[in-house]
Amino acid sequence: MRTETDDIPQSGDEHPGDLPANHYTVEPQARLSDVDTGKRRSQWAEVWRRLTRNRTAMFGLVIVLLIIFTAIFADVIAPHSFRAQNLDRIAEPPSREFLLGTDDLGRDILSRIIFGARVSLQVGFIAVSISIMIGGTLGAIAGFYGGRLDNVVMRVMDVLLAIPSILLAIAIVSAFGGGIVNVMVAVGISYIPLYARIVKASVISVKEQEFIEAARAVGANDFRIIVKHILPNSLAPIIVQGTLGVATAILSAAGLSFIGLGIQPPTPEWGAMLSSGRHLLRTAWHVATFPGIAIMITIFALNLLGDGLRDALDPRLKQ
Amino acid sequence: MAERLLDIEDLRVEYHTDDGVVTAVENLNLYLEKGQTLGLVGETGAGKTTTALSVMRLVPDPPGRIISGSIRFHGEDLLTKRVDEIKKIRGNKISMIFQDPMTSLNPVLTVGFQIEEAVMLHQGLDHRAAKKRAGEMLELVGIPAGREGDYPHEFSGGMRQRVGIAMALSCNPELLIADEPTTALDVTIQAQVLELMKKLREQFSTSMLLITHDLGVVAEVCDHVAIMYAGTIVEYADVETLFTNPRHPYTRGLFGSIPSLDEDVPRLQPIKGLMPDPTDLPTGCKFHPRCPMAKDICAKRAPVGVEVAAGHRVNCMMYEGLVPGYEE
Amino acid sequence: MHRYILRRLLLLIPVMLGVSFVVFTIMFFTPGDPAAMMLGERAPAEEVAALRTQMGLDDPFPVQFGRFVFNAARGDLGRSLVSRRPVFQELYSRFPATLQLAASAVLIAVLMGIPIGILSATRQYSAFDAMSMGIALVGVSMPNFWQGMMMILIFSVTFGLFPSSGYGTIWHLIMPAVTIGTSSAAIITRMTRSSMLEVVRQDYIRTARAKGLSEKVVINRHGLKNALIPIVTVIGLQFGWLLGGAVLTETVFAWPGVGRLMVDAIRQRDFPVVQGGVLLLALTFSVVNLAVDILYAYIDPRIKAQYK
Repeated sequence: MRTETDDIPQSGDEHPGDLPANHYTVEPQARLSDVDTGKRRSQWAEVWRRLTRNRTAMFGLVIVLLIIFTAIFADVIAPHSFRAQNLDRIAEPPSREFLLGTDDLGRDILSRIIFGARVSLQVGFIAVSISIMIGGTLGAIAGFYGGRLDNVVMRVMDVLLAIPSILLAIAIVSAFGGGIVNVMVAVGISYIPLYARIVKASVISVKEQEFIEAARAVGANDFRIIVKHILPNSLAPIIVQGTLGVATAILSAAGLSFIGLGIQPPTPEWGAMLSSGRHLLRTAWHVATFPGIAIMITIFALNLLGDGLRDALDPRLKQ
Repeated sequence: MAERLLDIEDLRVEYHTDDGVVTAVENLNLYLEKGQTLGLVGETGAGKTTTALSVMRLVPDPPGRIISGSIRFHGEDLLTKRVDEIKKIRGNKISMIFQDPMTSLNPVLTVGFQIEEAVMLHQGLDHRAAKKRAGEMLELVGIPAGREGDYPHEFSGGMRQRVGIAMALSCNPELLIADEPTTALDVTIQAQVLELMKKLREQFSTSMLLITHDLGVVAEVCDHVAIMYAGTIVEYADVETLFTNPRHPYTRGLFGSIPSLDEDVPRLQPIKGLMPDPTDLPTGCKFHPRCPMAKDICAKRAPVGVEVAAGHRVNCMMYEGLVPGYEE
Repeated sequence: MHRYILRRLLLLIPVMLGVSFVVFTIMFFTPGDPAAMMLGERAPAEEVAALRTQMGLDDPFPVQFGRFVFNAARGDLGRSLVSRRPVFQELYSRFPATLQLAASAVLIAVLMGIPIGILSATRQYSAFDAMSMGIALVGVSMPNFWQGMMMILIFSVTFGLFPSSGYGTIWHLIMPAVTIGTSSAAIITRMTRSSMLEVVRQDYIRTARAKGLSEKVVINRHGLKNALIPIVTVIGLQFGWLLGGAVLTETVFAWPGVGRLMVDAIRQRDFPVVQGGVLLLALTFSVVNLAVDILYAYIDPRIKAQYK
């Protein structure tokens, strides 16, 4: 519940021009000077402080870091090769030698999951970067200039939004073929409208504020205003959506691989691993189960982190 | 002496936030006699709204908590009543008008219905009778017939506050709590709404607790005044006495910071300093850091209320004889 | 209001034209010759060339696109390269199954999501709240095709409760519908909770409480209607997600809908069917979102006032 802002005494009620000599008011004065110096830095420090106080978010962050670590050091960590087939030992259940069993070609599932983290993270991060760069630019332009340009950009976005994003990705990949690059591009394109909308909304909310007027008054050009002033101030929603977006992108890419459109063998991709396990569901449950759990943990951790970032960046939303 | 309709004793309310415990109301004593209007005056953040919400048992919990004290209404302590008993009193015997008419009406329900539901609940009227009553109430506050089917967004701020008044009075309450009912309105509208409230208060013979930070409003409407500072009442008197003979340094400071056209004062004398940080209130008398009369003892000991004249109480150690007083 | 609906319906036309353009362009630049595909690998070059001319594949892009739109407007989406049947007929016969699946999933999602979300919000920080939010987060984290496989593994293979695939009875419907509905239910739960939490701290809720109304009335009458707008928006968006998700889930459960038709068509490089499928699902999604926008007006009088 919100505290009664009206009634909780706010020490920030400054009355300038009424500076007292009393010791009691030293503190608010000190606070006033803070504002001028490192406002932005302390703002991010404050966000970080709030994030670290959020236990579930930190839990998510730790798991995400672990997964990133796994992806980077996959060669060292993985007990077996991800591609070595062993046709004598197909679809074996988990054992001491193969902790999570083997797949339909006798490959070690654990090792494939570990290497798969590389693929999934890459696809997720790069796809989201594509969406943010293109969608963010379009949204910033539309929001900043408004008028006809805004209209054109947003109508195009409306068209793309009318196609459910996974369908758009499917259409693109089915036309141009699978492979890691095409999957990243397809997934990236399919989420462009989302970021365009988010960035546009936050640019509009920042645009009218006084410091933008001030920057304009001292002769900053549009590009400078957008890059130096508007983008940093629109960063919060992009960071939050970006984190959650990596999760969605990983899911989409796995979905594409699952229907055979995504990353091609022998590259170990979690969605493709699920797909090969599908036909073994009745005889070897583990083939499809473990890659799915890997996806789930990754998405879960990213979601925890994203939610935590949202709360930390916008404390109004959380009590 | 008339019956005390509302009698608050030693009330203490805290808010438990991430940044620490905020004592919004502390050691608060206040009473309201039947048929009278009491003005509760103080700066933003003095704890006025919290006091009002405590009477309604509507302090948001969490983070708010009523720690101790009693609030007696007709002699019965509201703080120990069960929630279902409180609900029979809320909106029925005690009702409230809120500060911001733009946000305190439900945007998706018609204004008529928002009055009807209270009437149906408390007076047991059927839907048709409640509807009729809502229409009458709206007309009474100056909203033409036939607008009860409209939604809040179709009214101006002043009109919405009239709706709020109609809603609050619809069950003929014994006590009306008005929390800065005119603050959010244009100056010209303020006078109209105030006039309306005065008229209706008499017509319904309702007692009223009027929260405001405007001493002008107090002079206009109230019989008694309580001055509140940092969660506690520092001075209580009838309007006449308080305006002619204010005793507490804070009260005097308030009068000193009002511009006057009649008197030839060289310049305004604002109260020096700021409202104290709520998470870190001063020891002793809460006002001492800003008080021109303060002595060492003021930081060590909290003042005890002294009745300086019949019905005129002041919480200041000058009147306990512990600190030298004004030279008058 | 009627004028608003009419205007929105008219606006569907340029949007669908845009969608057609996107889809047609993607397919146009796809490597591979449909004529060669229809005739098979061994067909002589002259025959292929003749068929290309006959199919109009040698015409310039704008002409081909114009013809595509003109035909599509009359319900002619071309013929499947594989079955040779009209694409429209193929889609038409499969569409009811997909709609049935999506509608059941939405129903499950709404019936679970809204009540759980409200309970979570009214009991913020309780054990119930923590548990339902945890489960909801797991719900959004599972890839639905994998969840479908796990459900088959548990409920069909292990316990034999439901058929693992097929179509026709309610028993066939339950698992796929739950599978697609789960993530939506989770998202609607989270949205309902946060929207409700936002609403209950509004001043008008305090006003409602000050009237002495019971908490149930305060929440259901004063809170829910205000909280509903973002929830309805999410339900509309979820419908699109569900249609997309159906493509994957239908494959898992061998559900004879548009999604599975499309996946098969993709495997066989049957582009007219893929094209038609995307168009149909996009149109469905747009119509649902239009319905959602109209629904706003019935929830919020302020929005209705804007529509006039």
